[in-house]
Amino acid sequence: MQTAAPLLEVEGLEVEFRTRQGIARVLDGVTLSLKPGQTLGIVGESGCGKSMTALSIMRLVPTPPGRIGAGAVRLKGENLLQASEARMREVRGKDISMIFQEPMTSLNPVYSIGDQIAETVRLHERLSRRASLERAVNMLKAVHIPAAERRVREFPHQMSGGMRQRVMIAMALACRPSVLIADEPTTALDVTVQAQVFDLLKEMQEKTGTAIILISHDMGAIAEMADRVIVMYAGRVVEEAATDEILESPKHPYTRGLIACVPHMEEQPPPERGALTEIPGVVPSLAALGAGCSFAPRCSHADDLCRRQAPQPFTVGTDRRTACWLYDEPGAP
Amino acid sequence: MTGTRTPGGGADYLLEVQDLKVHFRLPRRNILTSGGTVHAVDGISYSVRRGSTFGIVGESGSGKTTAALAAMRLAHVTQGSIRLDGVEMTTLDGDSLREMRRKIQIVFQDPYSSLNPRMRAGAIVREPMDLMDVGATGERDGRVADLFHRVGLRPEQAGLFPHQFSGGQRQRVGVARALATQPELIVCDEPVSALDVAIQAQILNLLRELQHEFGLTYLFISHDLGVVQYICDDIAVMYLGEIVEQSDRVSLFSLPLHPYTWALISAVPSARRRTGDRDSRVRLQGDPPNPIDPPPGCRFAPRCPFAVDQCRHEKPTLREVREGHLVSCHLVGSDGVPPYAAAGDAS
Repeated sequence: MQTAAPLLEVEGLEVEFRTRQGIARVLDGVTLSLKPGQTLGIVGESGCGKSMTALSIMRLVPTPPGRIGAGAVRLKGENLLQASEARMREVRGKDISMIFQEPMTSLNPVYSIGDQIAETVRLHERLSRRASLERAVNMLKAVHIPAAERRVREFPHQMSGGMRQRVMIAMALACRPSVLIADEPTTALDVTVQAQVFDLLKEMQEKTGTAIILISHDMGAIAEMADRVIVMYAGRVVEEAATDEILESPKHPYTRGLIACVPHMEEQPPPERGALTEIPGVVPSLAALGAGCSFAPRCSHADDLCRRQAPQPFTVGTDRRTACWLYDEPGAP
Repeated sequence: MTGTRTPGGGADYLLEVQDLKVHFRLPRRNILTSGGTVHAVDGISYSVRRGSTFGIVGESGSGKTTAALAAMRLAHVTQGSIRLDGVEMTTLDGDSLREMRRKIQIVFQDPYSSLNPRMRAGAIVREPMDLMDVGATGERDGRVADLFHRVGLRPEQAGLFPHQFSGGQRQRVGVARALATQPELIVCDEPVSALDVAIQAQILNLLRELQHEFGLTYLFISHDLGVVQYICDDIAVMYLGEIVEQSDRVSLFSLPLHPYTWALISAVPSARRRTGDRDSRVRLQGDPPNPIDPPPGCRFAPRCPFAVDQCRHEKPTLREVREGHLVSCHLVGSDGVPPYAAAGDAS
């Protein structure tokens, strides 16, 4: 997997939104790469650009007010930002598909789930109605929905939240896409159901070899699912590394804070509890970002340089990057 | 079920709930059928020590929020007894109920919908004092300023409207409002689950500081086991309207007895416990069943990987199997050995 050519490459992606407060740069030089069969986690607080990165890859940024200003999104070498709208309709659902946080609102309430899964297949593979419905049944079986032949005729409101998310996964994978983007797929679900959905995603990934981009605010979920992680803050990638590395030795002060501030469930809880580590302050408004590092106002290491100039990502060790002046020189902390 | 809960003998309980039931009647679908009854809370008993934090955990539909609202008499109590500071709450009404309610306040989950968007933050915090007639009228604005300061807001922010605050700040306003009547018990209903993780830590730290400073007692509702383990002293696990296990925080997590608790704990993805022990986890099939028609016998039996015939027919009772550790499961022996421990030995 280390040597495989990247399947999806995002380079220097910039997205701006026109707001009443001025131009907000919601993505600022986002760069990432995804290899076949890999799971890449994107983690960060709300408003840091996780979902916007996903929408930009799919070219679903609402325009206006949004605008993709610069950068490239290359799928198997093809720059999607220059593709025609007709080409993008082919790509969406066929090469890259997406599942969302709230399965109820992303399913159409007036069509049976079978029709909704079959629609994808019919459009992209030009199968007959009967053949596409058959595929829908098979997909429902693959995601372990009991009595699939009967369920295929049911409507979203007849299913539980966990069941609906299984339907979403079945729909997303029906055309065997090479990339699946899962945007907070379990946030609306109970923890025991979340565990089932994660198991299912892993199982389907093993079967179909699809690469996954998992967007989450939960470092635990990322730890469980992802091979590599990028941490985003205020529209920028502040750290990228293998999951184990980032959990064992987070470099960027924001990543360190993000891991430390969550009360972890321990199997042997310590009898004494100290105060939780806080990240002081709040995420800044994107329309009012200065020239310096956007995390500087909340960072205990910030100095003049941080406030004056935003750091570029520095390479640390062999295969990780972090955008923090602390790592300017090799051998820094 | 009574009598099991007197560990430590003279422990001082602020809130004592006995055999509480909250049932909701559903409207009938047509004139021939009855509508059915939701057994949202079905015979739970718990006691909250003064100055401690009692946690109720469970998945959606487990009845944890209803159990807390009923303790405030904000949900209709079908049966049972609720004693706050020794006073029976279920029989109070009118002014006496209002007076008791001064001692209980609540912090809601969603800081966006729980603050009136047309009121200024200062008026929101002041309102409970006016309604409950707490303190002299002339001193209330000063007290609002003190409360703002105490929860980490600037007193001049009292003039702002809720939409001018961030989510974390709004929750601070919610906490200040809860403190306004100088309550003894604060019900915290998922107070951090709508907040970003970095902000969660700020609010949890604030709640702990306030508890030490004012000797507050918390009834803390959450589905997040990491948060519960951090903030709660005693914890009850609810499933379909019933308490299936109850214990202090250390023994609940280090030795979970009920298969549901075990499954709940092993379902939590953790940044500390990486891959490897995935196979040893208990995975539940399906979703929690509907509280309208709870299954006979043990309510967890249909999803329980260890269920035997007895579980499907005979209802287990909550009993103390270790000191201060109560469980409702047929399979846990009187020696307090959980079923999955035996299953692990056999394989």
